Amino acid sequence: MTAARRAHRARIYALEAWYQFLMVLREPAFAIPTLLFPLIFYLFFGVVLGAGSFSVAAPTYMLATYSVFGVMGPSLFGFGAGLAMERDSGVLLLKRTTPMPAAAYLLAKVAMAIAFGAAVVLGIFLLGAHGAGVVLYRWQWFALAGVVLAGVIPFCALGLAVGAWSRGRAAVAITNLVFLPMAMLSGLWIPITIFPAALQDVANALPAYHQAQLALKIIDMDGGQTTLLHISVLGVQSLALLAVAAFGFRRAGTGAVSIRPGGTS
Amino acid sequence: MSEPDIARLSGVTHRYGSVVALEEVDLEVRRGEVLAVLGPNGAGKTTAIHLLLGSLPVQIGRATVFGQRPDAPGVRARRGAMLQISGVPDTLTVGEHIDLFRAYYPAPVPASDLLAMAGIEGLEGRRFGKLSGGQKQRVMFALALCGDPQLVFLDEPTAGLDVEVRRGLWEEIRRHRDSGRTTVLTTHYLEEADALADRIVVLHRGRVIAEGAPSTIKSRTAARRVRCVTRVTVDAVASVPGVVRSETRGQHLEVLTSRPEALIRDLFDRDPDLHDLTVVGAGLEEAFLALTRESDEPEPVA
Repeated sequence: MTAARRAHRARIYALEAWYQFLMVLREPAFAIPTLLFPLIFYLFFGVVLGAGSFSVAAPTYMLATYSVFGVMGPSLFGFGAGLAMERDSGVLLLKRTTPMPAAAYLLAKVAMAIAFGAAVVLGIFLLGAHGAGVVLYRWQWFALAGVVLAGVIPFCALGLAVGAWSRGRAAVAITNLVFLPMAMLSGLWIPITIFPAALQDVANALPAYHQAQLALKIIDMDGGQTTLLHISVLGVQSLALLAVAAFGFRRAGTGAVSIRPGGTS
Repeated sequence: MSEPDIARLSGVTHRYGSVVALEEVDLEVRRGEVLAVLGPNGAGKTTAIHLLLGSLPVQIGRATVFGQRPDAPGVRARRGAMLQISGVPDTLTVGEHIDLFRAYYPAPVPASDLLAMAGIEGLEGRRFGKLSGGQKQRVMFALALCGDPQLVFLDEPTAGLDVEVRRGLWEEIRRHRDSGRTTVLTTHYLEEADALADRIVVLHRGRVIAEGAPSTIKSRTAARRVRCVTRVTVDAVASVPGVVRSETRGQHLEVLTSRPEALIRDLFDRDPDLHDLTVVGAGLEEAFLALTRESDEPEPVA
């Protein structure tokens, strides 16, 4: 009985994640920027331009930071834009009337972000190792992949906060406004050490910066702050963002807004 | 364990800010019936549905489904809903959506049965975004039936569909009705309520203003507009039985009445020279007005 019920629940979680994955895979507006942009950027800045430089330091540095960038995209867009649009279309409201556990819906998006992120990271690793001559110890490859993929936690929390507070199309724009500037200011495209000091201070407030520093630690290219500092900042920020998201959902509901006055009744 | 009513709103008042959507509404859904909640836009129909679905919190009063809170887990598994939403994600196919929704329920209906029940056989491989408006509504109907629900909510299932497509969907809803389940349907088409429901509750400005079998409601909402040139004054016809409203428009006397025959007989008695007489069916809004008037001044109606 309980075993059957557990199997039934497991099937809901699995199918929800699978269809979430299929859904975004078939959505070019999602799949192209999140899958291809990090790969193309790394190919261009890391492999093509980096291979012409005097060392493999640049391709190695970018291997870590573009991987962080690659995980950030699906996490932010799946939750930020995806959630806001599913709330606007009413599908979230419909699902909340069914026995679907709310956690299945949220975890499906996390699983999708991990799957897409892993695909991008694998692609960047292959480009780095075979295209740019990046050489790492075996443990470093695995540790780097693990640290980078753990970035789904702060990035999904950030996306959830954006999705909870913005609506439909605006959410896509807002997600982009968070995504691209944060990537640049966190040193994911070019090292922040070449930025003016004031901008480097800004980076210290951004989750993507701390995530990138953790990744760079694996390959001894970080800025020298402690692991504990980065993990603490990420933990506190993730919790704060989840609280912001929860508050947003409490305020706006899961999509009942269309029956407010002025809408249909 | 017997449940006298499957779902119920008791003394429910609901406000959005200062706007009152429902005011002291009592609504009872009986086992096995198709109940139509009929009313113009803004009457509070969707609010009532969402209170029974548990997707809106009850502010004042009580909402129960199967004797429990509307959002209780046991309730969700025995209930299905078709909401006024723009649809499910475009990039998944009909079959995939059905597969996912079936997984939510402990004892789902076989997918092939659902396709047949909603009249969408052969579309399972088609992406939702590629369907016509009528096909999309049929898919939403199939999704509402996935869990083999005892109680189904259909919130304006045919809104925005053209007449032919609407009638097609009625066929599916009617077949579903014959399976003995309980259905709550909201609509602003009297014709739709009449075609599908066993019982109609008329909601107007957040209040229940009439309740009864479709034939009763139809006769009560069958207002006619009588127009003629006559010496008889507005005040003189106001007391004629069935008259809801009378006014002069230019040369014409215009009277809204639920009993046009009695009115016309009375008019000819008073003014044999009456001319330019027309009798037309009034619109639904006027029919509602007739009902509101009745609910303000209660009088026995056959």
